[in-house]
Amino acid sequence: MAHLQEAAVKQICEICERYKDETTPLMMILSDIQKEYGYIPLEVQELVSEKTGISVAEIYGVVTFYSFYSLKPKGKNVVGCCLGTACYVKGAQQVIDKFSELLGIKPGETSEDGLFTLDALRCIGACGIAPAVQINGTVYPKMSVDKVAPLIEQYRGEGA
Amino acid sequence: MELVNITIEGQTYQVEKGLTILEAAKKCGYDIPSLCAFNHGECSLASCRVCLVEAQEGKGPFRLVASCVYPVSDGMNVLIGSPKATAARRTSVELLLSNHNRNCQECDKNGKCELLHVAQLTGARENMYEGAKTPTTVDMLTPSIKRDTSKCILCGRCIARCSNAHGLSVLGFERRGFNTIVGPAENRSFLNSPCILCGQCTTVCPTGALMEVSEIDKVDAAFKAGKHVVVQVAPAVRASLGEEFGMKIGTPVTGKMIAALRRLGFERCYDVNFGADLTIMEEGTELLHRLTEGGVLPMITSCSPGWINYAEYYYGDLLDHLSSCKSPHQMQGAIIKSYWAKQKGYDPKDVFVVSIMPCVAKKFEKDRPEMEVDGIRDVDAVLTTRELGKLIKRSGINFNRLPDEEWDQDIMGEYTGAGVIFGVTGGVMEAALRTVYFKLTGKEYGKIEFTEVRGNDAGIREASLDINGTVVNVAIASGMKSAKVLLDQIREGNSKYHFIEIMGCPGGCINGGGQSYVKPCLLPNEDDDIIDTYKAKRANALYSEDERQVVRQSHNNKQVQELYEKFLGEPNSHLAHELLHTHYNKNRERFD
Repeated sequence: MAHLQEAAVKQICEICERYKDETTPLMMILSDIQKEYGYIPLEVQELVSEKTGISVAEIYGVVTFYSFYSLKPKGKNVVGCCLGTACYVKGAQQVIDKFSELLGIKPGETSEDGLFTLDALRCIGACGIAPAVQINGTVYPKMSVDKVAPLIEQYRGEGA
Repeated sequence: MELVNITIEGQTYQVEKGLTILEAAKKCGYDIPSLCAFNHGECSLASCRVCLVEAQEGKGPFRLVASCVYPVSDGMNVLIGSPKATAARRTSVELLLSNHNRNCQECDKNGKCELLHVAQLTGARENMYEGAKTPTTVDMLTPSIKRDTSKCILCGRCIARCSNAHGLSVLGFERRGFNTIVGPAENRSFLNSPCILCGQCTTVCPTGALMEVSEIDKVDAAFKAGKHVVVQVAPAVRASLGEEFGMKIGTPVTGKMIAALRRLGFERCYDVNFGADLTIMEEGTELLHRLTEGGVLPMITSCSPGWINYAEYYYGDLLDHLSSCKSPHQMQGAIIKSYWAKQKGYDPKDVFVVSIMPCVAKKFEKDRPEMEVDGIRDVDAVLTTRELGKLIKRSGINFNRLPDEEWDQDIMGEYTGAGVIFGVTGGVMEAALRTVYFKLTGKEYGKIEFTEVRGNDAGIREASLDINGTVVNVAIASGMKSAKVLLDQIREGNSKYHFIEIMGCPGGCINGGGQSYVKPCLLPNEDDDIIDTYKAKRANALYSEDERQVVRQSHNNKQVQELYEKFLGEPNSHLAHELLHTHYNKNRERFD
């Protein structure tokens, strides 16, 4: 637990306290931590385990099962490319490859400057506007390889 | 008991309401092939889909259901042998095999594998589904347990056992879909996880995914190097070894086991019961000191290395409560390397001590840095009951036809009934009480047996004894789930006990992580309720040997007395401390 700052320990304890009356509090606790910090490293899981009595192995299992939870810090801008069936047949693979090429990272990775994380998503329910890309919650419809560079620049501009 | 009418394969039966189809069918005389289901729903994730049957409720359609979790209902119609059900079960097994490391011939589990068993039962076809396989992790960093995910079928039995026995859940499912594996958090080694290395997971794993780390090669090398190889066998092994050779569970095989060990070429065959008697002398004396001179109480036994691992990791603040005694085989190893080697005129460096144990945590224990005296390790190799079975088979020895032989009698051949019962929960306590009673009163406890402390399962037992005006409150726990209750009382300062026995595995060593597998599907000649009765049967094997012994109190072991007179001085003497006692570490670092 040595790696966690005191303030973070305090806040995580508060989050655990928040759901102490729930019968199955784990998902809620993890969701709050994910929202607050952007990731849930093992040290934090150990702290949650201590507070809730749920074993670290079980918590780790939940964190690695749901793609919403992350073990590593995410970038400022999270680019999610949908690779569901509809998006895929409309060329989503080429789109994500272009993001990958321009950002210099593979899906699941975060750029060194911390500005971008690239995620491959399964169906996000936007098949009518395939291929869809989601950046920080905003959905970009009918993407194409040509639209990738300007979009990156737009967010890079905001980030700088 | 409410009954329901069901039809299985066209025959009608009345069965108890609430049973699963699998259980009900078993009672009616049908063995549905099943894999992940275990021990009355101890594991009931229904993850393997090997037990699929067709079931019809009311006027509904026949549907494929997992019989291990699906409950029977009145009027249910079950088809086990229908083309659809048999094909579904076969496909389930073929799919499991498609992501399985099929090096079955060389696998250590060969002959005891439940996956192979159901493959045979369901008629799985060769290489049906070829394709990608989940990336593999093999963990061999601890000396105790090997984890090989390429053989894991994701049944979850190990997770359930870890949680039920110890409340620990060191193992869990991680990742998702095709990438799912079972392991400690972050897919770490057991070495870097809060695992206590008890090996209970290895006893329930249906395949070779979780197994002991074999040390047979080390023993071979010692023989080859011309060492004086001495073997010592723990009490619980004799209650289980027969199972490796098709004998009924609970058949004591002490005599045949000794005969086999001698034929394997060991220079001396000793019973760890001698070490157990020695432990009682040391531990009993330590307890009397603590009782009469105001030491830390309650004192807790220290024979079980799984329990020691647990104490060091989870209750580092209570380590002063642990007896400083090494476990019996470590004590005896130290005596073999010093007293025995000296008498034989051997250089201790040329003596190699092999312990046969019902335990995989003992493999870790013998490697602890503190388990040596002047650079001479107490014990050099630890083999499980299962490994001994392999060693005997490999050598072509027909175990069942062996004559009954006796232990080597020189120096440490004698043992008492008190030593024998170390192998079952409550046994160390009972053995200690027999000696403590004598030390406090100057006479033997009349009826010898302290039946209050007996049992063969997890859970807490307690007793209060008035010995010549000294009231001794004792408690016994096995499995860390039970132990935790007693430990929390100590931590909160409201423990009423003077002496506590804790064993790592539920039921004690008879149910140790290194004992023969109790897999009903592989034991067709055992009773249907064997999973409920095997612990009692093995315990009875030990208690009956205790009853047969002429000498039943450790302090009356003549050779132990002689060892003190000629070598150690008296219990807890300086030399005894050097050879027979140890210390504990708050070793949380081991895990970080």
